[in-house]
Amino acid sequence: MASDRPENLEQDEHLVLAPGHTYASVTDKISSIVLTSPFRKSWIFGFALSFLLTLMLLTTITAVLTQGVGLFGIRRPVMWGFDIVNFVWWIGIGHAGTLISAVLLLFRQEWRTSINRFAEAMTLFAVACAGLYPLMHMGRPWYFYWLTPYPNTMALWPQWRSPLVWDVFAVSTYASVSLLFWYVGLIPDLATFRDRSKNRFSKIIYGILAMGWRGSAIHWHRYRTAYLLLAGIATPLVVSVHTVVSLDFAAGVVPGWHTTIFPPYFVAGAIYSGFAMVLTLAIPLRRYYGLEDFITMKHLENMAKILLVTGLIVSYGYALEAFFAWYSGNTFEQFMMKNRATGPYWHTYALLILCNCLSVQVLWSKWARTCVPLLWVLSIVINIGMWLERYVIVVTSLARDYIPGAWGMYHGSVWDYSMYYGTIGLFFALLFLFIRVLPVISIAEMRELVAETRERNGGEDHGSSHDDDDQDLVASSG
Amino acid sequence: MAEFTSAEAVVSAAERAYEAGYRRMDAYSPYPVEGLAEAIGFTRNRLPLLVLIGGLMGGLGAYFMMWYSSVIHYPINVGGRPLHSWPAFIPITFELTVLGSAVTAVLGMLGLNGLPMPHHPVFNVPGFALASRNRFFLCIQSDDPQYDPTTVREFLEGLAPKLVSEVATSAGGEATGLGH
Repeated sequence: MASDRPENLEQDEHLVLAPGHTYASVTDKISSIVLTSPFRKSWIFGFALSFLLTLMLLTTITAVLTQGVGLFGIRRPVMWGFDIVNFVWWIGIGHAGTLISAVLLLFRQEWRTSINRFAEAMTLFAVACAGLYPLMHMGRPWYFYWLTPYPNTMALWPQWRSPLVWDVFAVSTYASVSLLFWYVGLIPDLATFRDRSKNRFSKIIYGILAMGWRGSAIHWHRYRTAYLLLAGIATPLVVSVHTVVSLDFAAGVVPGWHTTIFPPYFVAGAIYSGFAMVLTLAIPLRRYYGLEDFITMKHLENMAKILLVTGLIVSYGYALEAFFAWYSGNTFEQFMMKNRATGPYWHTYALLILCNCLSVQVLWSKWARTCVPLLWVLSIVINIGMWLERYVIVVTSLARDYIPGAWGMYHGSVWDYSMYYGTIGLFFALLFLFIRVLPVISIAEMRELVAETRERNGGEDHGSSHDDDDQDLVASSG
Repeated sequence: MAEFTSAEAVVSAAERAYEAGYRRMDAYSPYPVEGLAEAIGFTRNRLPLLVLIGGLMGGLGAYFMMWYSSVIHYPINVGGRPLHSWPAFIPITFELTVLGSAVTAVLGMLGLNGLPMPHHPVFNVPGFALASRNRFFLCIQSDDPQYDPTTVREFLEGLAPKLVSEVATSAGGEATGLGH
C-alpha cells in the first residue's frame, strides 16, 4: 500500500503524516505490529533485560519489607532520599503523556495524534513506578490504608491538612483518570483488533476488551463528547497533581523548600522531563518499527520546541530561587543558595545547571532540532538533569538547614539504587508488553487524520478507493 | 444495511434516508464522521449534564467528608490550625471533583451507548468487520414504522452503495460479534 509515495518526505517537514496513506493503510500498518509480525530478537532481548531488572525490584521490595526501611540510605537529618526524589521524578515523567493527549487535544494540535497513545501508556507505567515509592518509603507500609478515609472502629480520619494525604488523592485520581482516558481511547482500536485478528483466542480477548464497539454514529457522538470532557478534566488535573506534589515541599518550613514558585515551576519541570522521556522512547520506536510515516520530523521538532520552552521556564525557576534567596535578606535562605553552589553537593548543582539550562540551548538551532541522534542524547541528558533537580531540592536543603548541630550527609545505599533501577526495569517491561499487545498509535485517530488531510487537500479521492481489494478482508466469517 | 466506501457518501445517504421519513436507523463508521449522528436524527446528548452532576457530587462529597470528620466527628488540634481549615481542604475537593466527573464521563458514555454488549445483529453481516477499517454502513432498522423489506432494499439500492445486505436478527444463535 502507498507504494507510490513521493520522495519529498524529507523536504516537507510540515507533514504530520507522510503522503499516500489511506484508512486501510494506516489500519493495516499499525495493527500489523501486533497482529502479524513475529517476535523480534530486539524485543525479546529488551523485555528479558527489563524483566530481570523488575525481579531486582521485587527483591528490593522484599528486603525492605522484611528488614525495614533503614536499608535505604536515609539518616537524620535527611529522611527523604531517593524514595521521594524518584517519586517526584516518575510522576513528572508521567505528565507529558497527559499533556500530549489532553492539552494538545484541547488546542486541536493534530500532531498529537501519532504520539498520544504511547505517551499515555508511558504516563500509566511511570505512575505505576511512582506509586511504589510512597508505599515503600513508609516505615510500616502495611498500614498504608490508614491514609484513606473509611469509617472505622477507632473513629479516626486522615489528617486533611497534610500534603502527603493530598498526594494520596492526587496520585490515585491521576492514575485512575489516566487509565480511563487511555482505555476510552483504546476502545475503537480494540474493536479494530477484534475484527482483524485471525486467531480465535486473540479475537475473544480483544472482543471482550472492545466491549462490543461497533462504530455506531450515535456512539461516536457520545464518545467524542466523553473524550473531550475527559481532556478538559485531565488538563487541570495534571497541573494540580504536580502542584500537590510540589506542596510536599513548599508547605514545609525548610529553607530551599518553602518557596512559593514551586507549584508552577514543578509543573514546568514535569512537562520538561516528560517530553524528554517521550523523545527517548519515540526515537527508537519509530526506527525499529518503521513508523517514520506517522512519527515524522515535524513531531520530533515540535517536541524539541516544547523542551526548549519548558527548559527556559525551568531555568527561570532556578534563577528566581537564587534571586529570592538573596532578596529575602534571610540568613538561612542565603546560606541555602551558597550551600547548593559551593557546599558538599556542589557537583550535583553544577551538573543540574549544565544538563537542564545550558544543554537545552542548542535547541534554538533548527539543525539541532532535526538532528535525531542529538535529540535522543539530549533527551537522556535532560532526564538525568531533572533527576538531579529533585535530588538537589530534596537532599541539599535537608542536609544543612537551621541547626548546624543537626547537619548531615546523605548518600543512596545499594538498596536505593537497586530500587531505582528496578523501577526503570518495571517501566520498560510494561512498555515492551504494551508495544506487543496494543496499538502503539491510535488507529481511529489516524484514520480521522487521513480524512482531515484529504479534506484539506480537496482530494476527490476518498479514503478507501484504490488500495483495498480486501484480499485480506476478515471475511473468514462464520 | 448498505455499505459505502466514503464518509461523504454515507452522510448524504443518511440525510436522504431521514428526508424519506426513516427514523429508526444507525450508521457505522471507522472514525467519528462529522455530522453523521445529526444526519440520522440524533441531537440530544445528555452526557455533559451527567458529567456535571458527577463532578459536583464528587466535590461536595469530598468537602463535606473533610468538614464533618474534622469539625464534628473527631475534632483534633493539629499544629494549632483551625478545625475548619478550608484552604487545606481545597486540593482534595478538587481531586475528587475530577475523579467524580471522569468516572461519570466514562461510565455514562458506555451506559448511554448500551455497552458492553459483545453481541449485536449488525455483526452478522458479512464484511461488517470492515466498519473498523475503511467502510461506512447505513442500517435502517426493522422496527422503523415505515419499514418494509422490499421498499427499504430498493431505497438503499437507490443510494448507490457498494453492497446492500439484510441483517439477520439475533434469532439464529450466531449473533455473536466474536464469532466472526
